[in-house]
Amino acid sequence: MDTNTNFTLAIEDLTVSFDGFKAVDALNFYLDKNELHVVIGPNGAGKTTVLDLICGKTKSTEGSIKFLNKELTKMAEHEIVRAGVGRKFQTPSIYENLSVLENLEISYPYGRGVYGSLTFKRNKTVLDKIHEIAKQIMLDDALDTEAGLLSHGQKQWLEIGMLLIQDPQLLMLDEPVAGMSVKEREQTAELLNKISEGRSVLVIEHDMEFVERIADKVTVLHQGKILATGDMETVQNDPKVIEVYLGH
Amino acid sequence: MNFVYEKLMGGKQGLLGFVLLAALILVIMPMFFDIFRLNLIGKYLTYAFAAVSLVLLWGYGGILSLGQGVFFGLGGYGMAMFLKLEASSPENTKIQSTPGIPDFMDWNQITELPWFWVPFESFTLTIIAILTLPALFAYIIGKAMFTRRVGGVYFAIITQVIAVILTILIVGQQGFTGGINGITDLRTLNGWDITSDSAKYFFYFLNAGLLLTVIVISRFILTSKFGSLLLAMRDKEDRVRFSGYDVAHFKIFIFSFAAMISAIGGAMFTLQVGFMSPSFVGIVPSIEMVIFAAVGGRISLIGAVYGTLMINAGKTAFSESFPELWLFLMGGLFISVVMFFPNGLAGLWNDYAPRVFPFLKEKAKTKDVPPVVTDETGKGTV
Amino acid sequence: MFDEYTYSELGSIFAMQGFAGISLFSVLLLMALGLAIIFGQMGVINMAHGEFMAVGAYTTYFMSTLTETYFPSLMPYYFLVAIVVAFCVAGVLGYLAEYALIRHLYKRPLDTLLATWGLSLIMQQSFRTLFGAREVSPTLPDWLLGSYQPTDTIDIPLNGMFVLALTAVVTLGVFYLLYKSSWGLRVRATTQNRVMSGAVGINTKSVDRYTFALGCGIAGIAGAAFTTIASTGPTTGTLYIVDTFMVVVFGGAASLIGTIVSAFSIAQAQSLLEFFISGSMAKVYTLFALVLILMFKPEGLFASKVRR
Repeated sequence: MDTNTNFTLAIEDLTVSFDGFKAVDALNFYLDKNELHVVIGPNGAGKTTVLDLICGKTKSTEGSIKFLNKELTKMAEHEIVRAGVGRKFQTPSIYENLSVLENLEISYPYGRGVYGSLTFKRNKTVLDKIHEIAKQIMLDDALDTEAGLLSHGQKQWLEIGMLLIQDPQLLMLDEPVAGMSVKEREQTAELLNKISEGRSVLVIEHDMEFVERIADKVTVLHQGKILATGDMETVQNDPKVIEVYLGH
Repeated sequence: MNFVYEKLMGGKQGLLGFVLLAALILVIMPMFFDIFRLNLIGKYLTYAFAAVSLVLLWGYGGILSLGQGVFFGLGGYGMAMFLKLEASSPENTKIQSTPGIPDFMDWNQITELPWFWVPFESFTLTIIAILTLPALFAYIIGKAMFTRRVGGVYFAIITQVIAVILTILIVGQQGFTGGINGITDLRTLNGWDITSDSAKYFFYFLNAGLLLTVIVISRFILTSKFGSLLLAMRDKEDRVRFSGYDVAHFKIFIFSFAAMISAIGGAMFTLQVGFMSPSFVGIVPSIEMVIFAAVGGRISLIGAVYGTLMINAGKTAFSESFPELWLFLMGGLFISVVMFFPNGLAGLWNDYAPRVFPFLKEKAKTKDVPPVVTDETGKGTV
Repeated sequence: MFDEYTYSELGSIFAMQGFAGISLFSVLLLMALGLAIIFGQMGVINMAHGEFMAVGAYTTYFMSTLTETYFPSLMPYYFLVAIVVAFCVAGVLGYLAEYALIRHLYKRPLDTLLATWGLSLIMQQSFRTLFGAREVSPTLPDWLLGSYQPTDTIDIPLNGMFVLALTAVVTLGVFYLLYKSSWGLRVRATTQNRVMSGAVGINTKSVDRYTFALGCGIAGIAGAAFTTIASTGPTTGTLYIVDTFMVVVFGGAASLIGTIVSAFSIAQAQSLLEFFISGSMAKVYTLFALVLILMFKPEGLFASKVRR
């Protein structure tokens, strides 16, 4: 049986249970090439768990996750990253003691082995790439700043930059605008629209205004299951979604 | 030239520290101390190998090994086995019921040299064994533990248990290991009397040279991307993993490398002191090596050497005159280093040296060695 | 190694070594209970835990000497009092240690390991200064000596039975305290979410201090129990600390049942092996098996599954 698809990401029958509690329940989910897809849903819907499953942080109980027709469920985290999946965590996860430049350098996708890292040199190619990314994430003035001294929003950008430098085919962002000012949100929306050219992006977000600005497609997750999928308008008018968000 | 300056010496401050240390152990100490004292200092410096290995492993990698004594001991025993076989030539042991085997084997009714002793009849194989076996052992332990993400406290406890197991084995298997007394009565190395003054001078300088070489190699590792990754893993292991690195590989490598360094120290110990015993393998020496590194400052290779020298000199001085006070002092040292001087001697040097030597100021922060941060995962501290 | 024995001999050997293992099991379990509370609930590595046990043992010895000299008529009863006093002395010392030392290091678990090792050195030297380097043992009351013989070949020592009963009482007490009392609820809440516990009005600092004191106090009881099976020296505690850590880690740090099962299997394995091979090799095999098992199951036997 040929199960290959044209989707960047194809999740089928994905289930994970923690001591009997199904955080994700027989989930089917597809992501097209160059699509910017936002997953929303109330707390505990299983959004972050889905990202954890894709990037290998949590192992699934059942089901398959195919990324460019490669099965991810059996792969180790670093192999998934090397296959082209980048993931940003909910709270910015950067190296606070290192400078912005060093943060980006560590994320640069060469010299990933023991030997490679011992012989890695900061040459012009590396520096050019770092400058290019730094410019994209609006931190080109702050390359020598210790990352711990950046504002919360800048830290979020830095982490996005650390993923971008690896040029992933699939970028997953867990609440990228949490804790950002209004202006920073606008800049982030612009950034996301720019970086989604040429790659698929999967975003978890609560801020509806922000979602509306960026999303090609929206999926609502509830109790580990998909409640609705479609463009923003369809989803917003779906009676089941209204029930979940406003009901009880 | 720039490569040597930045990568091997670690910039201006690193170079100054290295030159001062080299001058101290290569020139000043041999000038001022007689051979008896110098031999003693040489013995301390062999512990410094283990302390330096812990700087790499614990200070940078956040991996606390309470079993460095195991590797120190394996190196030491390797050398001791060679020397013992040389000392047990059939002529020297003709009064034994089985001549040609070590005396303790004869006492334990062993009539044939055990198979694992045989390779140690060759000096070349002995050197190879010292450089590879402890590292291989560490590789196996590391592979088993790090790929299963055993870290932090669990790793510390398991390495400690391994130290206990090895000690009991050595003590219990008298016939093969010499038991609690260890391997003693070592006399010659390829016919050269190792107790002679000239041999002692030679080993002292060889040891000092090796230690400085190990420091230079370690500097190279730490100033490379590997070093940044070690720090990054210590503080944010998940982020490193999700940047596409196989974290376990890096940990296995540094653990094996640390084991090799410690083993070299152990081998040099045997050569200079003339015996090896299980009391340099178990929990107590292993944890003392940690405190040498801690007093030096955990993240300072040079500091580790000074820490080792200071504590051992103190130990010798005190246990000669006030043996009771020494344990109190040592206990107090553990506590105060952890609580009040987590950056150790290197911290004091970094705070005060630029004031004394103004030319150090401009580049006081060459390599970002982060301050002591707290860490909730238990993966590492500093 | 079983070849040279008949089945009935083997049966007796297993039964006897089993009962001999019970004393070891009791001491290990009492030690591990204290350590599991401190490590499991607070994440602190208490390397001085063995010395707190020694405190209990020395206290018992001190009480024995005191009673023998001044109140010889009370000798049959002193041991029961000594258990309580051992608990109190070790508990108070633990309380002080937490206050002076541990509370500054909660976020640096590997550092608590070094600091408490320092503490253990100081305590060892204090024992040596106060009681001498020689090993001491209290005079045990008559009712603890002797043994019960159900058959000719089986010999069950009474002290083992007493220690087992004591262990059962302490274990039930700990279980009640941690899982049924309101104080235990506060301890568990603090373990799970320190910040939140503080926010809902739990004095987390006081919880920590009493938890640590309780752990050390139980080690004190372990020390009192220990005096019935061996004599006490300044380094007695060090001999048991590694085994105790293995019990806790093997059992899965936060599980009480796990600790009991793990203490039982380790003590019995060691005790049975000791009959057939030398004591030191029995220990090597036991520890080696533990290391192997932990390599394949690092979270221990009874770790609870949580979302991470």
